[in-house]
Amino acid sequence: MKRPALASILFGLIPFAATCFSVKLWDRIYPMVFGIPFNFFWLVLWMVLTPACMWGAYCVETRRAMQERQGCGPNAVIRGEAEGGAD
Amino acid sequence: MSASVVALTIISIIVVSGSLLGFSARFRRKMDLEQWACAGRGFGLLLVWLLMAGEMFTAFTFLGASGWAYSRGAPVLYIIGYWPLGCVVGFYILPYIWEAGRKHRMQTQADFFQVRYGSKLLAAFVALVGVVSLMAYLQLQLTGLGLIVEEASYGSVRRTTAMIVAFALVAAFVSVSGVRGVAWVSIVKDLLLLSIAVFIGFAVPHIYFGGIGGMFAALARTNPAHLVMPGTTPNLGHMWYLSTVLVTAFGFFMWPQFFAATFTARSGQILRRNAMLMPLYALAMPLMLIVGLTAVMVLPGLRNGDLSVLLIVRKTFPAWFMGIVGGAGALTAMVAAAIQLLCGATLWAKNLIRPLFAPQMTEQQTATLSKLLVLALTAGAVLLAIYTSVSLVSLFLLGVSGVAQLCPGIFLGLFSKRATTAGVSAGLFTGIAIAAVLTLTNRDPYHGLNAGFIGLCFNIAVTGLVSAFTSVHVSSFDEIAAEIAPAPSAPAGSIADLS
Repeated sequence: MKRPALASILFGLIPFAATCFSVKLWDRIYPMVFGIPFNFFWLVLWMVLTPACMWGAYCVETRRAMQERQGCGPNAVIRGEAEGGAD
Repeated sequence: MSASVVALTIISIIVVSGSLLGFSARFRRKMDLEQWACAGRGFGLLLVWLLMAGEMFTAFTFLGASGWAYSRGAPVLYIIGYWPLGCVVGFYILPYIWEAGRKHRMQTQADFFQVRYGSKLLAAFVALVGVVSLMAYLQLQLTGLGLIVEEASYGSVRRTTAMIVAFALVAAFVSVSGVRGVAWVSIVKDLLLLSIAVFIGFAVPHIYFGGIGGMFAALARTNPAHLVMPGTTPNLGHMWYLSTVLVTAFGFFMWPQFFAATFTARSGQILRRNAMLMPLYALAMPLMLIVGLTAVMVLPGLRNGDLSVLLIVRKTFPAWFMGIVGGAGALTAMVAAAIQLLCGATLWAKNLIRPLFAPQMTEQQTATLSKLLVLALTAGAVLLAIYTSVSLVSLFLLGVSGVAQLCPGIFLGLFSKRATTAGVSAGLFTGIAIAAVLTLTNRDPYHGLNAGFIGLCFNIAVTGLVSAFTSVHVSSFDEIAAEIAPAPSAPAGSIADLS
């Protein structure tokens, strides 16, 4: 059974931590940023930062798919391990 | 010409030209169920994007979100919180759903349960949950459409009349053109909606307060409680935000129409790219919230917050502009409703009626039945919209609490070997029952938590518990024979397990 790679899931957890679990920390009006209340600004900011995180996850998944296509000989496995560690 | 005639003429032009585009998308394709519901699984990045986005920008975006910003204040932030997170969840599951869908020729969400858990009854129950939740969403579109036309015509067209006319048009349009037609109309609708959102989002606060900063400064001075949770409500605090964001983010792609949109894609990679970029599309949403917040000070004391955007546009701009806004809003509601109808009808025909009552029905007959059911669903939603009145956000939350209960079945179906048919059925049933009881007895939020979230917690617990004591049907999709010759796939396992 195929599953998403652990490294790519870690990228996905960042937006959850930033905009969901931490609500107590950022739900405030001040400091206003560009004249926008902080909570509002924070969530809009993460609309842009979330795709950035998912770009990381996308790279992980794409690289994995390419390795699978090349076959899973011993070399491919070693390469997978080495690059997985770099993440 | 009076203001209402100008506005109504422009609305009609926009709605009619949008619909004509949908009709023309039929070309000369043979419309079997596969083509009608999945467009032959040949959509690339752009069309999948338009189809999914078409379902994201609905009357809810246009009126409901700003309505809550007006009447409740900061709790509305859950909308810009859950959207990107819903896309994150989608990134991980959509490609796998797509793969299973292609291998087993799935057309609906209930097909997924049918194939994975081998139970017609479970699939029929899933279809029922999907159709009932969709009815709430459909009612939302209808109510929104009625509000738009009534306000844009300055009261000269009654809401009920507006709903009936527009939905006759949607029903005809869906029956004839199927999913391909809908995707093309989405282009027009999204362009209009995005440009309007950007324009009024900046222009309205600029006209009254000299800019967005000025508007927020004034609001923070006069009404600071409006800008932090729980806003003007007694019980929509941080725990409510957290539980609602979780349940809506996980429920995001559980809507049967998103599932169906997944199957139209040409590859799983297209879906990943889509989910990665989609949060950017939501940037129009905060602008709509800003319009709603501006209305708090410009038009205080409205009884129905859902009207705030329409009324402030009417107060600020000339009639022809009101016509454009109304037309864009009407088209938005219609496209969203079309996708929901298409999906609800297919679910109903293929997963409820055929397997339970008429197993000998052919594909072609099922397709015909689906088209007839479009009319039935439309009529049902029109009646609901006329005879009940609930705020748009409440309708949305009601529907999403329902579909979110499908999460455990889908996640475990994709990624776990231990989920059993009995476990998933029992969990789903428990979750739905709890969410429904809490919502229908007006106990949502319950102790500060979203009712759908409480249902989901029990759902997961029961699914796990029952699964531990019952035997599995099959442990994964890999064990089920494909319905068509499977495409050459990479050897599974080894590398995936390492990383």
